Amino acid sequence: MSSESYHEAVELLSEETKNMHRAIVSLKEELEAVDWYQQRAEACSDADLRAVLIHNKNEEIEHAMMVLEWIRRHNPTFDANIGTYVNSSGSILEVEASKTAGGATSTSLGIGSLKVTV
Amino acid sequence: MDLLRRELAPVLPEAWEQIDEEARRVLKLHLAARKVVDFSGPHGWKLGCINTGRLKPIQPGPVPNIAHALRESQPLVEVRAAFTIKLIELDFAARGANDLDLGPVIAACERIALAEDGAVFNGFEDAHIRGIIEASPHAPIQVTAAVDWPHAVAKGKESLRRAGVTGPYALALGPKGYDEVTAASDEGYPLRKRIEANLSGPVVWAPALKDGALLLSTRGGDFELTVGQDLSVGYYAHDRENVELFVTESFTFRVLEDKAAILLKRA
Repeated sequence: MSSESYHEAVELLSEETKNMHRAIVSLKEELEAVDWYQQRAEACSDADLRAVLIHNKNEEIEHAMMVLEWIRRHNPTFDANIGTYVNSSGSILEVEASKTAGGATSTSLGIGSLKVTV
Repeated sequence: MDLLRRELAPVLPEAWEQIDEEARRVLKLHLAARKVVDFSGPHGWKLGCINTGRLKPIQPGPVPNIAHALRESQPLVEVRAAFTIKLIELDFAARGANDLDLGPVIAACERIALAEDGAVFNGFEDAHIRGIIEASPHAPIQVTAAVDWPHAVAKGKESLRRAGVTGPYALALGPKGYDEVTAASDEGYPLRKRIEANLSGPVVWAPALKDGALLLSTRGGDFELTVGQDLSVGYYAHDRENVELFVTESFTFRVLEDKAAILLKRA
């Protein structure tokens, strides 16, 4: 089994949910590895080993972001929230306040492309 | 807060919702170019220009034997259509009214849609935009009567094909042409159906086309509308009775393949 952490009977879950589970578990593992490498590197007394550990940590960050991008592409709520918070500026709480101000946000009308295919 | 400054407006959330919804409805109806050209964006307010990939040689600098060239870019133009609404009218929304008089929103959206489409179809020199009509190297096809539209479309399609431009093709019609194509028939058979059967693309109502219609390929890669901040409603100012708002966007447009469109000119 790819994962031991299902909370519901696996036969009740759709393939979509199982794939999302795989991605979320992967993201958790990558972030956990980032945390571990960060702590090990900081505590390490050998400069060469510390450099390797920091290099590995940065690779885990890259892996985490690749998985997060997969999640964003497959879940519109992640997509919307990433759009709101990631790369925003100023206070993050103000970004949230602006978002929940009942329409008084800085977002556009969302017209985008109207190209028609017949 | 950003350049729209909506948080400063004395407009209640229920009213913003109705303003935005009405703006969305009108813009989707009136915007024609977005229905037939490629769209890039929205890239946000911070996009000031787009890369054309071109170099422009300039005079040598003070160091000898060094060639100089400037990277060419195309700036985005920012457009705004201001409008004023009575605050008492907007406050009705918070009391449950869902039929606000949003005439000024409609008029502003119509104007800004006309501005975007006008730049795309007819060009806008000060904004560094070359329009599809001026870029087209094909001689316009004259349409002398309503019943000539299907023939003109067939002829236009043939010109595009001969120039190596494949379909699908779309027909963007000015108000007069659109009325004729929609209402008229040829020996009882509706003109629109005859045209659509020959196009494999949409027939689009385009108020910015004054002189007739544009037949263009929608295969992609020929026309590119780049949008920075997409169409949005923002806030200017208010007094005790009125609030001044605006519809805005930033955009530019490029014709990448001149031969991919032909003008059908209604005499």
